Formats: sequence, C-alpha cells, structure tokens
Amino acid sequence: MNTVLLEASGIGKRFGGVQALKDVSLTIKSGEIYGLIGPNGAGKTTLFNVFTGLYPRDCGEVQFAGAALDLASPHAVAAAGIARTFQNIRLFANMTALENVMVGRHVRTRAGVFSAILRTRAERTEEAAIRRRAEELLHYVGIADRADDLARQLSYGDQRRLEIARALATDPKLLALDEPAAGMNATETTALRSLIEGLRRDGLTVLLIEHDVKLVMGLCDRVAVLDYGEKIAEDVPEAVRANPKVIEAYLGASAA
Amino acid sequence: MSMSARDKFGLALIAVALIALPFVLASAGTAWVRITNFAVLFVLLSLGLNIVVGFAGLLDLGYVAFFAVGAYVYALLASPHFGLHLPFWVILPIGATVACVAGVILGAPTLRLRGDYLAIVTLGFGEIVRIFMNNLSSPVNLTNGPKGINRIDPFQIGPLNFSASDTIGTLVFSGPIKYYYFLLLVLLAVIVINRRLQDSRIGRAWVAIREDEIAARASGINTRNIKLLAFAMGASFGGIAGGMFAAIQGFVSPESFVLNESIMVLAMVVLGGMGNIWGVIAGAMLLSFVPELLRYTVEPVQRALFGKLLVDPEVLRMLVFGAALVLTMRFRPAGLWPETRHRREMSENRA
Ligand SMILES: Nc1ncnc2c1ncn2[C@@H]1O[C@H](COP(=O)(O)OP(=O)(O)OP(=O)(O)O)[C@@H](O)[C@H]1O
Ligand SMILES: [Mg+2]
Repeated sequence: MNTVLLEASGIGKRFGGVQALKDVSLTIKSGEIYGLIGPNGAGKTTLFNVFTGLYPRDCGEVQFAGAALDLASPHAVAAAGIARTFQNIRLFANMTALENVMVGRHVRTRAGVFSAILRTRAERTEEAAIRRRAEELLHYVGIADRADDLARQLSYGDQRRLEIARALATDPKLLALDEPAAGMNATETTALRSLIEGLRRDGLTVLLIEHDVKLVMGLCDRVAVLDYGEKIAEDVPEAVRANPKVIEAYLGASAA
Repeated sequence: MSMSARDKFGLALIAVALIALPFVLASAGTAWVRITNFAVLFVLLSLGLNIVVGFAGLLDLGYVAFFAVGAYVYALLASPHFGLHLPFWVILPIGATVACVAGVILGAPTLRLRGDYLAIVTLGFGEIVRIFMNNLSSPVNLTNGPKGINRIDPFQIGPLNFSASDTIGTLVFSGPIKYYYFLLLVLLAVIVINRRLQDSRIGRAWVAIREDEIAARASGINTRNIKLLAFAMGASFGGIAGGMFAAIQGFVSPESFVLNESIMVLAMVVLGGMGNIWGVIAGAMLLSFVPELLRYTVEPVQRALFGKLLVDPEVLRMLVFGAALVLTMRFRPAGLWPETRHRREMSENRA
C-alpha cells in the first residue's frame, strides 16, 4: 500500500512568457487517490500533459513503477501504465462506444497487418478477447447498453464514462482523470464518485484533478495544491483545507 | 456472419454476371473490355488511396506517384529497354515492394503534417517522381525520358499469352478478356484485404488517428508507425496496379502520371464515400465509365439532333465531372455511399 508508484522531481514547463510549471515535485503511492487542485490556470492540466508525454517538458524527471519514464513518447507512457482522460473530452467521435474502448486495447495487443490480412487463428483469438474486454469495461462503467452508439451520440456524462473505459482498457497502473465531474449533474457526480471508489477497491491508483471540492475532499487520500505553476501544499484533505497558503490562493483567485 | 439463402443467391448472381460481362462487352466492341479493365485499375487505386485518406485521414495528393513507380518497375524489368524479361508474378511483388518503400520515404517527413500542409507536400512528391521519370534518361538512360518505354511484355503464364487471342469452343478469349479475369481476381483479393484490415487492430488505430490524433497517442498508439503503415499499404496497392497498367498498356511514359490522375483517384474516393469500400468502388466505377459513355454517345446524339457537333465530348466530360463533385459535396458531403459511421451520423442529424 505504501510503495511509491510515481515520483516526479523538478518538473518545469514554460509557454512563452507563462511559467506554467515551476520545479514541481510530487510522489504518488500505490493504491491511493491523489487529488490535484488549484485555481484556473494553475498548471494542473499542463502537469498531466507532461506526465503523459503530450507536451515536452523543459526540465525534471519522472520515475514510474521503479523505472524512468520516457516522457518523449506518449505511447511508451501508456505502455508503462499511465492512462488519462481529458478535461475537454477527446473521444473518437465517429467510432462506436465499443470501438473506442477496443482502441484502448491496442497497446496491450500485438496483431499486425499480415496476421489481420491472413486472419490467423492468433489474430481471431486476440480480436475476440479485445471485444470481450471492451464489453466488460463498458459494463463496468455502466454504459453497456450504448455499446453500438457512436461516441458523439452519447450524453455528456456517458462520454466521460466512455473516456474512463477507454483509459482502463490500456490496463493502467495509474489512472489520471482531468476534471471528470465537470459539467455533470448531481446524480451523475454521485455515480462517478462510486465508480472511482470502485476503482480504488480494485487496486488502481488514481490521480484526480477536480474543482468540485466536496468530491475531492471526500475521495482523496492526499491532495496537492498548485498555484501559478508551483506546488504550495501537499497533505491529507483536512490539513490542506486548513492551510493558510491554500486559502489565500483560492481567495486571491476568486477576488481577482 | 453466416449468409442467408437470399444473400448466397445474390452473390452467385453477381459472380455469374461478372464472369459473363466481358463477352457481353466484347459484342459491343473490344474497346469496352479495355475500358472496363482501366476502370478496374482505377478501383484498385481508389481502394489503395482509401486506406490513406479514408481510414487514416491523411490527405494524399501525390498518390499517382506509387502507380508510376509500379508501372516503371514493370516496364524496366520486362521490356527490351534493359533486355530484361522477368515473369509478371516476379515483377508485381517487386513493384509493390518498391512502391511500399517509396510510400515510407514520402510518409516519414510528413508525419507531423496534417490537412492542407500534408496535401501540399504529397502533391510535391507526386510531381518529383514524375519529373524524375522525365529526366532520368541521362547520363545513364534509366527511364528513357519523355519518350517512355515501349514494347513492354504482356503477362505470360506458361503457354498462355495475355496479348494473343485463344479460342475455346466458340468462345474467343481476347487479350483484354484475359486481363479482365486477372484483374477481377486481384480486385477480389484487394477487397478482402481491405475489409479485413478495416476490422482489425491496425484498422481501428488508423480510424482513431483520423478521429483524434492526440487521444490516439494518449491511448497508446504509436502514431508514427501506424501512419507509416497506412502510407506503405496504400502505396503497395498503387504499385501493383501500376505494374498491371504497364503490362496492359504495353508502354509507359511520364505523361500518364500527372497530378490530374492523383486528383481523379482522390475524387473517386471522396465521391463514393471515404472509408467505405463499396462506396469507393462505386465512385471509381462511376468516374471511369460515365466519361466513356459520354464520349461514345454525345457526338452521335448531337449529329442526329442538330446535324453538327456543338459541344466537344471532352468539354462535357469536365463539366459533368465538376458538376458531379459540386453536387455531391452540396447534397451528400460524406459521399454517395458513405461509411456506416458517417451514414448513422447523418440520419441522426435528420431525426
Ligand atoms: N498549449 C499552451 N500554449 C500556451 N500556453 C498554455 C498552453 N497550455 C496551457 N497554457 C498556459 O499554462 C497555464 C496553465 O494552464 P493549465 O491548462 O495547465 O491550467 P489548469 O490548472 O488546468 O486550469 P483549469 O482549471 O482552468 O483547467 C495557463 O496560463 C495557460 O494559459
Ligand atoms: Mg485544466
């Protein structure tokens, strides 16, 4: 329970004049739900993008599951076991829900062009397994009945669930969720909450960006706070909530 | 997956029709068999381009370059030009391989480009290949320049020569008819390959890249390799079609591989319905046959009606072509016979 899964040290990222991340270091332990909060523009999404290899970083290293993470290639990050969702949902809009999840299996499967053309026994077995796993995952996130609908036709809440299913299909060790409750109504948020609790029960480590304070405080084992690209706090939820620096960051932001 | 009796019957009917077709056409003139053969070649090209444009969403305006590579490989290895006369079943795979390599060479520098930029670079590549063919006649005469390469060997299987006629009973198997059957077999194989690829791990990865490249990367797809694979596969099909083109035509010259041809093949893919194999086939057939039909009907009809030729068939051809594209884009933007996904999307909009 207490082994370190991810250790980031000295992460820096600048966009022109904006220092989006400044010397950010954090440690995520196996099996915990780690919250990442901070005012708008604090650098939370940017940190996700660095962790998943989508943005090149300026400096810093990430150790993941005991090895240095190759941040230069997103597919290597996915293969190492980090999966994510996006703040502004990015699904394969014209593929069905099931196909979206099947794409997530890509990194754990092997069939190439020739075995597909020849429809080898191994390829057919693998395809069947991909489909079965994808169906299971749709069921797990609760949208099994939408399997054959195009991703674009799903409701907002279901699209968020589908993104989680697609991410889970890569068999991650760490699931990074970027504001999964954004735009959800109360019922959907409650369902999301029990989904994330289920993930924890199943042994997954979760990194959660979320603005919904109740959700973060209720779910997370530990919370880090980013402000202007710097980590200003990292502690259990109650301590973070009482931290004067955090209060000031939020009040300053809302006063501005 | 199992077929109903009705499906089987329909399929058998289509098969019989396709087998009988060349003889029906031949009774109207051997030219029509030839026209059909070229139409099938264009279907093959369109199916190849469909992998790149339709599945993977990479806009390629230089596709004819791979057709050219395949044609020249065949011409150089089976003509008096170098005095080489390899059999076609050796050359076609070589042509496909060389075209495949060319596809990777073109693909590699364009991996970071999308949309318009990709179109421009691929367009340039297509022109470069053509200009090479035009100019590689000195200091070493590789391609014979603008004059092209003549007297290319026809296909030969044992005693069966594809340029001569054979008579079996009362049936005359002319050269074009033999090529027709060969092309039909290749087409069948290419359709099966395309369908299998489409429903495979790689096919899904192509569509994922087309839909959202960033999400595809984050989902663990090595987008660089998978895109190169699309270019390579598409190019291989183009190379095989090129080899058959060289053999059927008997000569090749750079003139056959101009930008217009790339645009024509792209138009076939788009008109028919990007991503849907049947739509692409329909598009290629339409754009191949309608101009020929016009060529054979416009002149006699005008002479019968007005006693003289008012509109040149060639002018009308471009007019019809342009109008067809504009009307398709206006009324059926996803093509005449779009991919199921796109079709569903449209019916959803209507509902
Ligand atoms: N691609 C980019 N190019 C330029 N600047 C960027 C880019 N991405 C983020 N930024 C800037 O970096 C800073 C951090 O942005 P980021 O999206 O990481 O914030 P965030 O904490 O996720 O905010 P929010 O809660 O609004 O999602 C912002 O000032 C933002 O404008
Ligand atoms: Mg954000």
